[in-house]
Amino acid sequence: MAFVQNVPFFSIMLSMFSGIVSSVLPGKYARRLNYAMLLCITAMSGWLLFYLVSSDMGSYIFMMGHFPAPFGNEIRAGILEVLMAMFFCIIMALSLFGGRKKLGNEVEHTKHNIYYILCDLLLSSLLALIYTNDLFTAYVFVEINTIAACGLIMIRQNGRTIEAAVRYMIMSLLGSGLLLLGICMIYDMTGHLLMSNIKEQILIIMETGTYRIPMLITIGLITVGLAIKSALFPFHNWLPDAYGYSTVSSAAILSSLVSKGYIFLLLKIFYRVIGFEIIADSHVLHIFYVFGLCGMVFGSLSAIWENDIRRMISFSSVAQIGYIYMGFGIGIEAGVVASIFHIIAHAATKSLLFISAIGLTDVSGGSRHFQDLNGSAFRNKIAGIGFSVGCLSMVGVPLFSGFVSKILFAEAAFIVSAKKMFPVLIVLGISTILNAIYFLKTLIRIYTPADKTLVRERGYLSLCIPEQKLYSLTIILFICVNIFLGLNSEPMLRLILTGLRNFA
Amino acid sequence: MGANFLVNIGEEVAMILFGIGFANLLFQKNLIKKIIGFNIMDTAIYLFLAEKGYITGRLAPILLNGKQDPFLYINPIPSGLVLTGIVVSVSVTALMLSLTMRLYRRYHTLDLDEISAKLRKEGL
Repeated sequence: MAFVQNVPFFSIMLSMFSGIVSSVLPGKYARRLNYAMLLCITAMSGWLLFYLVSSDMGSYIFMMGHFPAPFGNEIRAGILEVLMAMFFCIIMALSLFGGRKKLGNEVEHTKHNIYYILCDLLLSSLLALIYTNDLFTAYVFVEINTIAACGLIMIRQNGRTIEAAVRYMIMSLLGSGLLLLGICMIYDMTGHLLMSNIKEQILIIMETGTYRIPMLITIGLITVGLAIKSALFPFHNWLPDAYGYSTVSSAAILSSLVSKGYIFLLLKIFYRVIGFEIIADSHVLHIFYVFGLCGMVFGSLSAIWENDIRRMISFSSVAQIGYIYMGFGIGIEAGVVASIFHIIAHAATKSLLFISAIGLTDVSGGSRHFQDLNGSAFRNKIAGIGFSVGCLSMVGVPLFSGFVSKILFAEAAFIVSAKKMFPVLIVLGISTILNAIYFLKTLIRIYTPADKTLVRERGYLSLCIPEQKLYSLTIILFICVNIFLGLNSEPMLRLILTGLRNFA
Repeated sequence: MGANFLVNIGEEVAMILFGIGFANLLFQKNLIKKIIGFNIMDTAIYLFLAEKGYITGRLAPILLNGKQDPFLYINPIPSGLVLTGIVVSVSVTALMLSLTMRLYRRYHTLDLDEISAKLRKEGL
C-alpha cells in the first residue's frame, strides 16, 4: 500500500487533534493552527486525488485497527470522496478568512479559541462522514457534526442566536432519531454495520423476497431523517434564523458545508448500502422529486418576500437544496451527477454571497434591511463585485458555476421519461425567473447611488481595498473558484462521473 | 398474528415509546418537556436494540470461568451500540439543557413560542 493512501486517516485525525490541542491555546494560535491544518489537509487531499486519478485505481478500502472486514472498522476513499474533502477544506478556509474581522467584533475575545475548536471538530466530523464505510460511525459523526454546528450558531451571544440554536437542535434531533432507528433496523435485517457487507446481505434479501415492508420503512426513516437535517423544503423552518443571525463565517460554513455533508451521507447510503436500483424501485425518489420541485419554488418565493438581506440569502439556500434533491429524484445517473456538481457550485456561491453581504451591511451602518443598502456597492466596491458574481451565478448566467448545474439538470431531464421531464423544465424556468427577481432586485438596489446628505447624516463608512486586504483577497479567491467551476466544468464532471462509478 | 404479537412485545413497546417521544419532541411547547421527549425517543431505540440482541436463556457477553463457547452468550454488538448511543444522547441532553438555561435566564419562560414573541418585540 502506498504511503499516500493513509491521507484520509491523517486528515480525520489531524483535524480532530487540532481541535483538542486548540483547547489549551489562546485564540490567536488556535486560529493559526486551524489555518495550517486546513492548508495541510487541502494539500494532502490534492496529492491523493492526483494519485487516484493517475494510478487509475478508482477507490480503495483502508482498515482502521487490526480487525479485518466484518468485525473491524473501515474507511473507504475514492475520487469523489477525496474531491469533496478537498473542496470542503477550501470553502471552509475561505469562509473563515472572510469572516475573520467580523468574528473579532461579534464574539468575545476569550471565546475565539472555542470558535476554532468547533471549526476543527466540524471539519473532522465532515471528513469522517465523507470517508467512513461504517453506518454506526456515520451516525456518531452526524451527532458530532450537529453539536459543533449548534456551537457555531450560538457563539455569537444574543437571544436570537440561542433561540435559533434551540430550534436547529430540535429539528436535528428529530432527524437523527429517525436516522438511528433506520440504522438499527438495517442492522437487525442484515446483521452487519459495514456498508459493503450490508449491501451483499440486502441483495440476498431482495432476491428471496422477504422483509419487503421493513426494508421500505427503513429507507423511509433514513431518507426522511437526513432530509430533515439537510433542510429539504417542508422541514426548513429552522434554517433562516440559524443562517441569518449567526456570525458570518458560521453562516457560510453551515449553508455550504454542514447540510452538504448530510446529503453526501445520504448519497452514500443510496449507492453503497442499499443500492440505487432498490431505492429507485421503492418510490422514495418520487417523494424527493416532488418536494425538491416544491422547495425550488417556495424557497424562492419566501426569499422574494424577505426584507433582510441575510435571511433572503438563507431562503435561497432552501431553493438550492430543492435543486439538489430534485436531481436525485430524477432517478438516473445524469441527475445525480448534476446534483453533486450543484453541491459544489452552491457551496462556492452561497459562501461568497454571505461573505460579501456582510461587507455591504457593514458600510450601511450594520443595517440588513434593503432600504438602507442603497449605494452600498459604491461604498465597498469589492463586496459589491463579489455580491454581483454570487447573484449572477445563482441566477444561472453563463461563465459562472450556477449556469453549469442548471444546464446539467435540464440535460438530465431530457434523458428521463416525459412525465418527469416537463415538470423539471417548467419549474427550472419558474425558479430561474424568481431567482432573478430577488437577486437582481438586490443588485439594482446596491448599485443605486444613495442620497449624499443621508449618507453623511448617518455616518456610513466607505471602505476601499487597502483597508481590508484579507477580505478583498478572500472575495477575489471566491470569484476565481466560481469562474473556474463555470469554465472548467468538463474535467470536474469527468472526475465526478468516474468517482460515482467507483462509489458503490 | 396473535402469537407474533406476544413474541415481539418488546419491539412493539419500543416503537410506541419512540412515537410518544417523537411527538413530544415535535409538538410540546415547553423546552424541558421537549428534552424529556427526546430522551424517551432515544431510550426507546436502545430498548429496541437490546431486545434485538437478546437471545432467551443466554448470558451477558462477559467471559466467565474461561467459557469461550459463543453459544453461551447473547449478541454483544447491540449492547455496544447502546453504550455508544447513550454517550451521544447524554451529551446532546446536556447541550440542550444548557441552552434552555440560557434562554430561561434571559426571558424567564420555557415556552419557545413566547420566547419568539419576546424576541420580535425586542426587534433583534
